[in-house]
Amino acid sequence: MQHNINIYLLIMAVVTLSIRILPLTLIRKQIKNQFLQSFLYYVPYITLAVMTFPAIIYATQTPIAGIAALIVGIIAAWCGAGLFPVSVLCCLVVFLIELL
Amino acid sequence: MLQHKKALREGIRDGLPIGLGYLAVSFSLGVAAKNAGLTPLQGFFASLFNNASAGEYAGFTVIAADAPYFEIFFITLIANARYLLMSCALSQKFSSGTSIFHRILVGYDVTDEIFGITIARPGILDPYYCYGAILIAAPSWAGGTALGIIAGNLMPARAVSALSVALFGMFLAVIIPPAKTDKVVGLFVLISFVASYICCHLPVLRDFSGGTRTIILTVALSAIAAILFPVSEKEEQHAT
Repeated sequence: MQHNINIYLLIMAVVTLSIRILPLTLIRKQIKNQFLQSFLYYVPYITLAVMTFPAIIYATQTPIAGIAALIVGIIAAWCGAGLFPVSVLCCLVVFLIELL
Repeated sequence: MLQHKKALREGIRDGLPIGLGYLAVSFSLGVAAKNAGLTPLQGFFASLFNNASAGEYAGFTVIAADAPYFEIFFITLIANARYLLMSCALSQKFSSGTSIFHRILVGYDVTDEIFGITIARPGILDPYYCYGAILIAAPSWAGGTALGIIAGNLMPARAVSALSVALFGMFLAVIIPPAKTDKVVGLFVLISFVASYICCHLPVLRDFSGGTRTIILTVALSAIAAILFPVSEKEEQHAT
């Protein structure tokens, strides 16, 4: 570990707090640029999708459990389950499969 | 004053289920933080100041990789970019006379969930409603992270393995519903999965850290999506 964890955390905090607080305090008009507007609209979904797969497969002890959690999670979310239920369901799937 | 008290109470009421969910999810975030080498205290403060599942998780992968500082700057910026949009949207909910003090405090905890319940309130926003929700949500998130770092050590590998997918489950719950209603989002979620998988195995790209791959793919794919399928202002309101 060559880098200081506290400096990492400081950078994270400054960036995150700026992102949240600056628009609320400074920008009082809505973003008019359509490209920027569209870009920001897609960012959350694409970023989360990229981070979820294939990482979910490598997070568990056996890849099969991760794949099963992914499939069950997608189905549950598709059927309208909220953040918490989907989250718990994915954990249960992994736990049960790795128990076998 | 009486109105503020009512708003505060309602905020606490709506913040309770959010806090419970946060406790569970941040616990698994704590497992990731522990893997990155954070102490419980560092995890507590990281969560207290960031209040972001995806952003913190991405940051912890950068820390775990011992990557350069600029990388954590960019990954945090990219992973939390949606809060910029939410903060912009929330600024329209304030009365123009709202002091900068209230704007900073509300801005501190603009999360997917708190943004969701706040934007759902009719009329001009009373910041005390947000304070009520934040009072429950923020300590749950920070405390859960610290607990995850502490108990992650004590738990059997099988339980840690099971909890490590909690965060991914939450990510799925955020991206799948809009993917169902918005075909373009659905298409790009699928493309993101495939592209992310390919980049994990391609030479050169494979050698980049997970954080760098996330930045490159997010910026590239979002730009392509924005050029090919620009959204109107009306659709943009869905980005919650």
